[in-house]
Amino acid sequence: MTDTVIDVEALCKSFKTTKVLSGVDFQVQRGEIFALLGSNGAGKTTTIKILSTLLQPDSGSASVCGFDVVRDPKKVRECISLTGQFTAVDGLLTGRENLRMIARLRGVMDVNRTADTLLARFGLTTAANRRVNTYSGGMARRLDIAMSLVGTPAVLFLDEPTTGLDPEARLEVWQTVRDLAGGGTTILLTTQHLEEAEQLADKIAILHGGQLIAEGTLSELKKLFPPAKVEYIEKQPSLEEIFLAIVGGKVGK
Amino acid sequence: MKVIRDTGILFTRSMYHIFRSPDTILTVAITPVAIMLLFVYVFGGAIQTGEGNYVNYLLPGILLIAIASGISYTAVRLFSDVQTGFFQRMHSMPIARSSVLWGHVLTSLFSNALSVTLIVLVAFLMGFRPAAGVLQWLAVVGILALFTLALTWVAVIPGLCAKTAEGAGVFSYPLIFLPFISSAFVPTASMPTAVRIFAEHQPVTSIVDTVRSLLLSQPVGNGIWVALAWCLGIAAVAYFFAMRVYRRFF
Repeated sequence: MTDTVIDVEALCKSFKTTKVLSGVDFQVQRGEIFALLGSNGAGKTTTIKILSTLLQPDSGSASVCGFDVVRDPKKVRECISLTGQFTAVDGLLTGRENLRMIARLRGVMDVNRTADTLLARFGLTTAANRRVNTYSGGMARRLDIAMSLVGTPAVLFLDEPTTGLDPEARLEVWQTVRDLAGGGTTILLTTQHLEEAEQLADKIAILHGGQLIAEGTLSELKKLFPPAKVEYIEKQPSLEEIFLAIVGGKVGK
Repeated sequence: MKVIRDTGILFTRSMYHIFRSPDTILTVAITPVAIMLLFVYVFGGAIQTGEGNYVNYLLPGILLIAIASGISYTAVRLFSDVQTGFFQRMHSMPIARSSVLWGHVLTSLFSNALSVTLIVLVAFLMGFRPAAGVLQWLAVVGILALFTLALTWVAVIPGLCAKTAEGAGVFSYPLIFLPFISSAFVPTASMPTAVRIFAEHQPVTSIVDTVRSLLLSQPVGNGIWVALAWCLGIAAVAYFFAMRVYRRFF
Protein backbone atom coordinates (compact mmCIF):
# COMPACT_ATOMS: atom_id res chain seq x y z
CA MET A 1 0.00 0.00 0.00
CA THR A 2 2.88 2.38 0.69
CA ASP A 3 3.58 2.54 -3.01
CA THR A 4 0.16 3.79 -4.02
CA VAL A 5 0.78 7.32 -5.28
CA ILE A 6 -2.66 8.17 -6.64
CA ASP A 7 -5.74 6.84 -4.90
CA VAL A 8 -9.18 7.64 -6.29
CA GLU A 9 -12.34 6.37 -4.60
CA ALA A 10 -15.97 6.75 -5.71
CA LEU A 11 -15.24 10.06 -7.40
CA CYS A 12 -18.33 11.95 -8.64
CA LYS A 13 -18.60 15.25 -10.43
CA SER A 14 -21.46 16.96 -12.23
CA PHE A 15 -21.64 20.20 -14.14
CA LYS A 16 -25.12 21.64 -13.66
CA THR A 17 -27.29 18.74 -14.83
CA THR A 18 -24.62 16.75 -16.65
CA LYS A 19 -23.08 13.93 -14.68
CA VAL A 20 -19.47 13.73 -15.82
CA LEU A 21 -18.03 11.27 -13.30
CA SER A 22 -20.25 8.81 -11.47
CA GLY A 23 -18.18 6.75 -9.07
CA VAL A 24 -14.68 6.33 -10.43
CA ASP A 25 -12.11 4.22 -8.52
CA PHE A 26 -8.51 3.48 -9.39
CA GLN A 27 -5.02 3.37 -7.95
CA VAL A 28 -1.69 4.21 -9.52
CA GLN A 29 1.57 2.81 -8.12
CA ARG A 30 4.91 4.60 -7.94
CA GLY A 31 6.78 4.73 -11.25
CA GLU A 32 3.80 3.46 -13.23
CA ILE A 33 2.47 4.86 -16.48
CA PHE A 34 -1.29 4.80 -16.11
CA ALA A 35 -3.42 5.62 -19.13
CA LEU A 36 -7.00 6.84 -18.91
CA LEU A 37 -8.53 5.93 -22.21
CA GLY A 38 -11.81 7.31 -23.44
CA SER A 39 -13.60 9.24 -26.14
CA ASN A 40 -14.29 12.97 -26.00
CA GLY A 41 -16.46 13.90 -23.05
CA ALA A 42 -15.77 10.66 -21.18
CA GLY A 43 -14.51 12.57 -18.13
CA LYS A 44 -10.75 12.22 -18.61
CA THR A 45 -9.93 15.90 -18.30
CA THR A 46 -12.32 16.31 -15.37
CA THR A 47 -10.50 13.52 -13.52
CA ILE A 48 -7.14 15.17 -14.19
CA LYS A 49 -8.45 18.55 -13.07
CA ILE A 50 -9.70 17.13 -9.80
CA LEU A 51 -6.39 15.35 -9.17
CA SER A 52 -4.40 18.51 -9.92
CA THR A 53 -6.58 20.58 -7.52
CA LEU A 54 -8.17 22.71 -10.25
CA LEU A 55 -11.67 21.35 -9.61
CA GLN A 56 -13.40 20.10 -6.49
CA PRO A 57 -15.20 16.77 -6.63
CA ASP A 58 -18.87 16.59 -5.59
CA SER A 59 -18.31 13.42 -3.62
CA GLY A 60 -15.82 10.61 -3.23
CA SER A 61 -12.17 11.13 -2.42
CA ALA A 62 -8.90 11.49 -4.21
CA SER A 63 -5.40 11.64 -2.82
CA VAL A 64 -2.02 12.18 -4.42
CA CYS A 65 1.21 11.29 -2.62
CA GLY A 66 -0.88 10.63 0.48
CA PHE A 67 -2.46 14.11 0.53
CA ASP A 68 -6.16 14.66 0.03
CA VAL A 69 -6.82 16.94 -2.96
CA VAL A 70 -9.63 18.79 -1.17
CA ARG A 71 -8.20 19.08 2.35
CA ASP A 72 -4.53 19.54 1.45
CA PRO A 73 -4.35 21.10 -2.02
CA LYS A 74 -1.13 22.96 -1.25
CA LYS A 75 0.71 19.76 -0.32
CA VAL A 76 -0.66 18.08 -3.45
CA ARG A 77 0.56 20.93 -5.68
CA GLU A 78 4.04 20.53 -4.26
CA CYS A 79 4.36 16.98 -5.53
CA ILE A 80 2.56 17.21 -8.88
CA SER A 81 2.89 18.86 -12.24
CA LEU A 82 0.23 19.32 -14.88
CA THR A 83 0.74 19.41 -18.62
CA GLY A 84 -2.70 20.46 -19.79
CA GLN A 85 -4.50 19.67 -22.98
CA PHE A 86 -3.32 22.89 -24.60
CA THR A 87 0.36 23.70 -24.67
CA ALA A 88 0.68 26.27 -21.88
CA VAL A 89 3.91 27.97 -22.82
CA ASP A 90 4.50 31.70 -23.07
CA GLY A 91 5.00 32.47 -26.76
CA LEU A 92 6.60 35.85 -26.22
CA LEU A 93 9.29 34.46 -23.95
CA THR A 94 12.19 32.31 -25.10
CA GLY A 95 12.40 28.65 -24.15
CA ARG A 96 15.01 29.42 -21.52
CA GLU A 97 12.98 32.30 -20.05
CA ASN A 98 9.92 30.06 -19.77
CA LEU A 99 11.90 27.48 -17.82
CA ARG A 100 13.57 30.09 -15.62
CA MET A 101 10.20 31.61 -14.75
CA ILE A 102 8.80 28.26 -13.63
CA ALA A 103 12.01 27.47 -11.74
CA ARG A 104 11.75 30.77 -9.84
CA LEU A 105 8.10 30.16 -9.03
CA ARG A 106 8.92 26.69 -7.74
CA GLY A 107 11.72 28.12 -5.63
CA VAL A 108 14.40 26.01 -7.29
CA MET A 109 17.88 26.88 -6.01
CA ASP A 110 19.91 26.98 -9.20
CA VAL A 111 17.56 28.51 -11.75
CA ASN A 112 20.03 28.70 -14.64
CA ARG A 113 21.37 25.19 -14.25
CA THR A 114 17.86 23.75 -13.99
CA ALA A 115 16.90 25.52 -17.21
CA ASP A 116 20.02 24.45 -19.08
CA THR A 117 19.74 20.83 -17.95
CA LEU A 118 16.14 20.57 -19.09
CA LEU A 119 16.85 22.32 -22.39
CA ALA A 120 19.61 19.81 -23.11
CA ARG A 121 17.47 16.85 -22.03
CA PHE A 122 14.66 17.84 -24.40
CA GLY A 123 16.90 18.72 -27.33
CA LEU A 124 16.05 22.40 -27.13
CA THR A 125 19.50 23.85 -26.44
CA THR A 126 19.93 25.37 -29.89
CA ALA A 127 16.44 26.89 -29.73
CA ALA A 128 16.84 28.06 -26.12
CA ASN A 129 17.10 31.76 -26.94
CA ARG A 130 14.38 31.83 -29.56
CA ARG A 131 10.88 33.02 -28.76
CA VAL A 132 8.57 30.09 -28.28
CA ASN A 133 6.05 31.30 -30.87
CA THR A 134 8.67 30.40 -33.50
CA TYR A 135 8.79 26.77 -32.26
CA SER A 136 7.13 23.87 -34.08
CA GLY A 137 4.22 22.11 -32.37
CA GLY A 138 6.45 19.26 -31.23
CA MET A 139 9.11 21.58 -29.84
CA ALA A 140 6.51 23.62 -27.96
CA ARG A 141 5.03 20.45 -26.48
CA ARG A 142 8.48 19.23 -25.41
CA LEU A 143 9.11 22.59 -23.75
CA ASP A 144 5.69 22.30 -22.13
CA ILE A 145 6.63 18.93 -20.63
CA ALA A 146 10.09 20.24 -19.69
CA MET A 147 8.38 23.08 -17.78
CA SER A 148 6.36 20.48 -15.91
CA LEU A 149 9.55 18.73 -14.80
CA VAL A 150 11.12 21.75 -13.13
CA GLY A 151 11.66 20.84 -9.49
CA THR A 152 11.32 17.09 -10.32
CA PRO A 153 7.72 16.48 -9.22
CA ALA A 154 6.88 12.94 -8.14
CA VAL A 155 3.69 12.80 -10.22
CA LEU A 156 3.11 14.07 -13.70
CA PHE A 157 -0.33 14.54 -15.27
CA LEU A 158 -0.36 14.58 -19.04
CA ASP A 159 -3.71 15.48 -20.57
CA GLU A 160 -3.75 14.25 -24.17
CA PRO A 161 -0.05 14.98 -24.61
CA THR A 162 0.08 14.12 -28.31
CA THR A 163 -3.20 15.55 -29.58
CA GLY A 164 -2.50 17.75 -32.58
CA LEU A 165 1.10 16.62 -33.01
CA ASP A 166 2.54 15.15 -36.19
CA PRO A 167 3.70 11.50 -36.06
CA GLU A 168 7.36 12.33 -35.51
CA ALA A 169 6.61 14.71 -32.66
CA ARG A 170 4.33 12.08 -31.17
CA LEU A 171 7.15 9.55 -31.13
CA GLU A 172 9.39 12.14 -29.46
CA VAL A 173 6.81 12.68 -26.73
CA TRP A 174 6.36 8.94 -26.25
CA GLN A 175 10.09 8.47 -25.80
CA THR A 176 10.14 11.32 -23.29
CA VAL A 177 7.33 9.74 -21.29
CA ARG A 178 9.09 6.34 -21.23
CA ASP A 179 12.34 7.94 -20.07
CA LEU A 180 10.54 9.77 -17.28
CA ALA A 181 8.81 6.67 -16.01
CA GLY A 182 12.15 4.86 -16.20
CA GLY A 183 13.50 7.55 -13.87
CA GLY A 184 10.81 6.85 -11.26
CA THR A 185 8.22 9.52 -12.09
CA THR A 186 4.62 8.38 -11.76
CA ILE A 187 2.65 9.35 -14.85
CA LEU A 188 -1.07 9.59 -15.36
CA LEU A 189 -1.92 10.31 -18.95
CA THR A 190 -5.16 10.60 -20.85
CA THR A 191 -5.55 9.76 -24.47
CA GLN A 192 -8.14 8.93 -27.07
CA HIS A 193 -5.61 7.06 -29.18
CA LEU A 194 -5.71 3.36 -28.47
CA GLU A 195 -2.24 2.93 -29.88
CA GLU A 196 -0.82 5.50 -27.48
CA ALA A 197 -2.14 3.60 -24.48
CA GLU A 198 -0.89 0.35 -25.95
CA GLN A 199 2.59 1.76 -26.59
CA LEU A 200 3.14 3.50 -23.29
CA ALA A 201 0.99 2.34 -20.45
CA ASP A 202 1.75 -0.19 -17.76
CA LYS A 203 -1.90 -0.06 -16.85
CA ILE A 204 -4.90 1.05 -18.83
CA ALA A 205 -8.30 2.14 -17.57
CA ILE A 206 -11.16 2.70 -19.96
CA LEU A 207 -13.43 5.56 -18.96
CA HIS A 208 -16.84 5.60 -20.54
CA GLY A 209 -19.89 7.61 -19.59
CA GLY A 210 -18.32 8.69 -16.32
CA GLN A 211 -17.40 5.19 -15.14
CA LEU A 212 -14.39 2.92 -15.46
CA ILE A 213 -15.64 0.00 -17.49
CA ALA A 214 -12.34 -1.89 -17.65
CA GLU A 215 -8.96 -1.67 -15.96
CA GLY A 216 -5.77 -3.67 -16.09
CA THR A 217 -2.54 -4.30 -17.95
CA LEU A 218 -2.73 -4.69 -21.69
CA SER A 219 -2.46 -8.48 -21.42
CA GLU A 220 -5.18 -8.53 -18.75
CA LEU A 221 -7.44 -6.51 -21.01
CA LYS A 222 -6.69 -8.85 -23.89
CA LYS A 223 -7.85 -11.79 -21.77
CA LEU A 224 -11.29 -10.22 -21.56
CA PHE A 225 -11.69 -11.21 -25.17
CA PRO A 226 -12.20 -14.75 -26.43
CA PRO A 227 -8.91 -16.55 -27.23
CA ALA A 228 -7.36 -15.35 -30.43
CA LYS A 229 -7.72 -17.58 -33.39
CA VAL A 230 -4.82 -17.96 -35.72
CA GLU A 231 -5.29 -16.49 -39.16
CA TYR A 232 -2.79 -15.77 -41.87
CA ILE A 233 -3.07 -12.32 -43.37
CA GLU A 234 -0.78 -10.27 -45.51
CA LYS A 235 0.73 -7.48 -43.39
CA GLN A 236 0.26 -4.23 -45.24
CA PRO A 237 2.35 -1.31 -43.98
CA SER A 238 0.16 1.36 -42.34
CA LEU A 239 0.18 4.83 -43.82
CA GLU A 240 1.99 5.97 -40.71
CA GLU A 241 4.80 3.46 -41.27
CA ILE A 242 5.07 4.55 -44.90
CA PHE A 243 5.12 8.22 -43.92
CA LEU A 244 7.81 7.67 -41.31
CA ALA A 245 9.91 5.50 -43.62
CA ILE A 246 9.84 8.17 -46.32
CA VAL A 247 10.60 11.14 -44.08
CA GLY A 248 13.26 9.10 -42.26
CA GLY A 249 11.74 9.16 -38.77
CA LYS A 250 12.24 6.35 -36.33
CA VAL A 251 9.30 3.99 -36.15
CA GLY A 252 7.99 3.61 -32.59
CA LYS A 253 9.40 0.83 -30.39
CA MET B 1 6.26 36.75 1.63
CA LYS B 2 5.36 34.28 -1.05
CA VAL B 3 2.63 36.45 -2.60
CA ILE B 4 5.07 39.30 -3.14
CA ARG B 5 7.79 37.06 -4.55
CA ASP B 6 5.41 35.28 -6.95
CA THR B 7 3.70 38.51 -7.99
CA GLY B 8 7.15 39.93 -8.73
CA ILE B 9 8.08 36.95 -10.91
CA LEU B 10 4.82 37.16 -12.88
CA PHE B 11 5.08 40.95 -13.18
CA THR B 12 8.58 40.54 -14.66
CA ARG B 13 7.12 38.07 -17.14
CA SER B 14 4.45 40.49 -18.38
CA MET B 15 6.99 43.29 -18.52
CA TYR B 16 8.86 41.16 -21.09
CA HIS B 17 5.59 41.12 -23.06
CA ILE B 18 5.28 44.89 -22.89
CA PHE B 19 8.83 45.58 -23.97
CA ARG B 20 8.70 42.96 -26.72
CA SER B 21 5.50 44.40 -28.15
CA PRO B 22 5.89 48.12 -27.36
CA ASP B 23 3.05 48.76 -29.83
CA THR B 24 0.70 48.24 -26.88
CA ILE B 25 2.15 51.34 -25.20
CA LEU B 26 2.23 53.34 -28.44
CA THR B 27 -1.31 52.53 -29.60
CA VAL B 28 -2.59 53.44 -26.15
CA ALA B 29 -0.83 56.80 -26.44
CA ILE B 30 -1.50 57.58 -30.11
CA THR B 31 -5.30 57.91 -30.11
CA PRO B 32 -5.41 60.28 -27.12
CA VAL B 33 -2.58 62.33 -28.64
CA ALA B 34 -4.54 62.53 -31.91
CA ILE B 35 -7.66 63.67 -30.01
CA MET B 36 -5.55 66.24 -28.20
CA LEU B 37 -4.12 67.59 -31.49
CA LEU B 38 -7.60 67.70 -32.98
CA PHE B 39 -9.14 69.57 -30.07
CA VAL B 40 -6.28 71.98 -29.52
CA TYR B 41 -5.59 72.90 -33.14
CA VAL B 42 -8.99 72.38 -34.81
CA PHE B 43 -11.83 72.91 -32.31
CA GLY B 44 -9.86 74.64 -29.56
CA GLY B 45 -10.05 78.12 -31.07
CA ALA B 46 -13.83 78.06 -30.82
CA ILE B 47 -14.04 76.64 -27.29
CA GLN B 48 -14.40 79.06 -24.39
CA THR B 49 -13.13 77.52 -21.17
CA GLY B 50 -12.21 80.58 -19.16
CA GLU B 51 -8.67 79.21 -19.00
CA GLY B 52 -6.42 80.90 -21.55
CA ASN B 53 -4.29 77.83 -22.32
CA TYR B 54 -6.54 75.11 -23.79
CA VAL B 55 -3.86 72.39 -23.52
CA ASN B 56 -3.81 73.02 -19.76
CA TYR B 57 -7.58 72.63 -19.69
CA LEU B 58 -7.72 69.55 -21.91
CA LEU B 59 -4.86 67.36 -20.69
CA PRO B 60 -6.52 65.69 -17.65
CA GLY B 61 -9.40 64.39 -19.79
CA ILE B 62 -6.97 63.13 -22.43
CA LEU B 63 -5.08 61.19 -19.76
CA LEU B 64 -8.29 59.53 -18.57
CA ILE B 65 -9.12 58.51 -22.16
CA ALA B 66 -5.65 56.97 -22.45
CA ILE B 67 -6.10 54.99 -19.23
CA ALA B 68 -9.60 53.84 -20.23
CA SER B 69 -8.24 52.45 -23.50
CA GLY B 70 -5.03 51.12 -21.91
CA ILE B 71 -6.86 48.78 -19.56
CA SER B 72 -8.45 46.94 -22.48
CA TYR B 73 -4.99 45.46 -23.10
CA THR B 74 -5.04 44.15 -19.54
CA ALA B 75 -8.31 42.36 -20.30
CA VAL B 76 -6.82 40.91 -23.50
CA ARG B 77 -3.65 39.75 -21.73
CA LEU B 78 -5.71 38.04 -19.03
CA PHE B 79 -7.96 36.45 -21.64
CA SER B 80 -4.99 35.00 -23.47
CA ASP B 81 -3.58 33.54 -20.23
CA VAL B 82 -6.91 31.85 -19.56
CA GLN B 83 -7.13 30.56 -23.15
CA THR B 84 -3.62 29.16 -23.42
CA GLY B 85 -3.93 27.23 -20.16
CA PHE B 86 -1.31 29.42 -18.48
CA PHE B 87 -3.72 30.01 -15.58
CA GLN B 88 -4.25 26.27 -15.16
CA ARG B 89 -0.53 25.66 -15.09
CA MET B 90 -0.09 28.36 -12.44
CA HIS B 91 -2.98 27.08 -10.34
CA SER B 92 -1.64 23.55 -10.28
CA MET B 93 1.68 24.84 -8.95
CA PRO B 94 2.61 25.57 -5.32
CA ILE B 95 2.45 29.35 -5.69
CA ALA B 96 0.35 32.06 -4.06
CA ARG B 97 -2.86 32.03 -6.12
CA SER B 98 -3.62 35.73 -5.95
CA SER B 99 -0.22 36.54 -7.46
CA VAL B 100 -1.55 35.42 -10.86
CA LEU B 101 -4.03 38.33 -10.90
CA TRP B 102 -1.81 40.83 -9.09
CA GLY B 103 0.95 40.30 -11.64
CA HIS B 104 -1.45 41.53 -14.32
CA VAL B 105 -2.72 44.40 -12.19
CA LEU B 106 0.80 45.72 -11.58
CA THR B 107 1.57 45.38 -15.28
CA SER B 108 -1.52 47.44 -16.06
CA LEU B 109 -0.43 50.21 -13.64
CA PHE B 110 3.07 50.25 -15.07
CA SER B 111 2.17 50.19 -18.78
CA ASN B 112 -0.50 52.87 -18.32
CA ALA B 113 2.04 55.00 -16.47
CA LEU B 114 4.32 54.73 -19.51
CA SER B 115 1.53 55.79 -21.91
CA VAL B 116 0.48 58.67 -19.67
CA THR B 117 4.08 59.91 -19.39
CA LEU B 118 4.40 59.82 -23.17
CA ILE B 119 1.22 61.91 -23.59
CA VAL B 120 2.32 64.44 -20.95
CA LEU B 121 5.60 64.89 -22.83
CA VAL B 122 3.70 65.57 -26.08
CA ALA B 123 1.47 68.01 -24.18
CA PHE B 124 4.55 69.92 -23.03
CA LEU B 125 5.57 70.28 -26.68
CA MET B 126 2.08 71.62 -27.44
CA GLY B 127 2.30 74.29 -24.77
CA PHE B 128 1.18 72.57 -21.57
CA ARG B 129 2.42 74.76 -18.72
CA PRO B 130 1.49 73.40 -15.27
CA ALA B 131 1.95 75.44 -12.10
CA ALA B 132 1.89 72.46 -9.73
CA GLY B 133 4.44 71.97 -6.96
CA VAL B 134 5.91 68.62 -5.90
CA LEU B 135 3.04 67.75 -3.55
CA GLN B 136 0.44 68.59 -6.16
CA TRP B 137 2.23 66.45 -8.75
CA LEU B 138 2.31 63.59 -6.26
CA ALA B 139 -1.42 64.01 -5.70
CA VAL B 140 -2.01 63.92 -9.48
CA VAL B 141 0.07 60.73 -9.80
CA GLY B 142 -1.84 59.22 -6.86
CA ILE B 143 -5.29 59.98 -8.28
CA LEU B 144 -4.37 58.73 -11.77
CA ALA B 145 -2.87 55.55 -10.26
CA LEU B 146 -6.01 54.99 -8.22
CA PHE B 147 -8.19 55.56 -11.31
CA THR B 148 -6.03 53.06 -13.26
CA LEU B 149 -6.28 50.54 -10.43
CA ALA B 150 -10.08 50.91 -10.29
CA LEU B 151 -10.51 50.44 -14.06
CA THR B 152 -7.98 47.58 -14.08
CA TRP B 153 -10.17 45.63 -11.67
CA VAL B 154 -13.12 46.39 -13.96
CA ALA B 155 -11.03 45.00 -16.86
CA VAL B 156 -10.28 41.79 -14.97
CA ILE B 157 -13.96 40.79 -15.20
CA PRO B 158 -14.25 40.63 -19.03
CA GLY B 159 -10.68 39.33 -19.16
CA LEU B 160 -11.77 36.25 -17.20
CA CYS B 161 -15.27 35.80 -18.69
CA ALA B 162 -14.83 36.69 -22.36
CA LYS B 163 -15.25 34.08 -25.07
CA THR B 164 -13.10 35.87 -27.65
CA ALA B 165 -10.17 38.29 -27.50
CA GLU B 166 -12.29 41.00 -29.17
CA GLY B 167 -14.97 40.48 -26.55
CA ALA B 168 -12.37 40.96 -23.84
CA GLY B 169 -11.33 44.30 -25.32
CA VAL B 170 -14.55 46.05 -26.34
CA PHE B 171 -15.91 46.75 -22.86
CA SER B 172 -13.61 49.76 -22.65
CA TYR B 173 -15.27 51.69 -25.52
CA PRO B 174 -18.04 53.20 -23.36
CA LEU B 175 -15.41 54.14 -20.79
CA ILE B 176 -13.43 55.97 -23.48
CA PHE B 177 -16.54 58.02 -24.29
CA LEU B 178 -17.32 59.09 -20.73
CA PRO B 179 -14.78 61.96 -20.77
CA PHE B 180 -16.57 63.49 -23.79
CA ILE B 181 -19.72 63.91 -21.69
CA SER B 182 -17.90 65.60 -18.83
CA SER B 183 -16.02 68.78 -18.10
CA ALA B 184 -12.96 67.33 -19.86
CA PHE B 185 -13.35 69.22 -23.17
CA VAL B 186 -15.78 72.06 -22.43
CA PRO B 187 -17.22 73.47 -19.21
CA THR B 188 -20.47 71.71 -18.28
CA ALA B 189 -22.30 75.05 -18.00
CA SER B 190 -22.63 75.20 -21.81
CA MET B 191 -24.54 71.88 -22.00
CA PRO B 192 -28.36 71.39 -22.11
CA THR B 193 -29.79 70.70 -18.63
CA ALA B 194 -30.24 66.92 -18.88
CA VAL B 195 -26.77 66.36 -20.30
CA ARG B 196 -25.30 68.79 -17.80
CA ILE B 197 -26.82 66.93 -14.85
CA PHE B 198 -25.35 63.67 -16.11
CA ALA B 199 -21.99 65.29 -16.84
CA GLU B 200 -21.72 66.90 -13.43
CA HIS B 201 -22.54 63.74 -11.54
CA GLN B 202 -20.45 61.14 -13.35
CA PRO B 203 -17.01 60.19 -12.01
CA VAL B 204 -14.93 61.65 -14.84
CA THR B 205 -15.92 65.27 -14.16
CA SER B 206 -14.83 65.26 -10.53
CA ILE B 207 -11.59 63.46 -11.37
CA VAL B 208 -10.81 65.74 -14.33
CA ASP B 209 -11.61 68.90 -12.32
CA THR B 210 -9.45 67.75 -9.42
CA VAL B 211 -6.46 66.82 -11.58
CA ARG B 212 -6.77 70.09 -13.50
CA SER B 213 -6.91 72.17 -10.33
CA LEU B 214 -3.89 70.37 -8.92
CA LEU B 215 -1.87 70.83 -12.14
CA LEU B 216 -2.73 74.53 -12.29
CA SER B 217 -2.14 74.94 -8.55
CA GLN B 218 -5.69 76.09 -7.88
CA PRO B 219 -7.77 75.14 -4.81
CA VAL B 220 -9.37 71.70 -5.24
CA GLY B 221 -12.21 72.22 -2.75
CA ASN B 222 -14.44 69.27 -1.91
CA GLY B 223 -14.06 67.93 -5.46
CA ILE B 224 -10.97 65.94 -4.53
CA TRP B 225 -12.98 63.91 -1.97
CA VAL B 226 -15.69 63.21 -4.52
CA ALA B 227 -13.01 62.11 -7.00
CA LEU B 228 -11.31 59.85 -4.44
CA ALA B 229 -14.66 58.40 -3.38
CA TRP B 230 -15.48 57.52 -7.01
CA CYS B 231 -12.10 55.86 -7.57
CA LEU B 232 -12.18 53.89 -4.32
CA GLY B 233 -15.84 52.98 -4.81
CA ILE B 234 -15.31 51.67 -8.36
CA ALA B 235 -12.18 49.84 -7.25
CA ALA B 236 -13.96 48.16 -4.32
CA VAL B 237 -17.04 47.10 -6.31
CA ALA B 238 -14.98 45.89 -9.30
CA TYR B 239 -12.55 44.03 -7.02
CA PHE B 240 -15.45 42.29 -5.29
CA PHE B 241 -16.99 41.10 -8.57
CA ALA B 242 -13.63 40.26 -10.16
CA MET B 243 -12.76 38.01 -7.21
CA ARG B 244 -16.17 36.37 -7.37
CA VAL B 245 -15.69 35.56 -11.05
CA TYR B 246 -12.14 34.40 -10.37
CA ARG B 247 -13.25 32.00 -7.62
CA ARG B 248 -16.11 30.68 -9.70
CA PHE B 249 -13.96 29.83 -12.69
CA PHE B 250 -10.78 28.72 -10.97
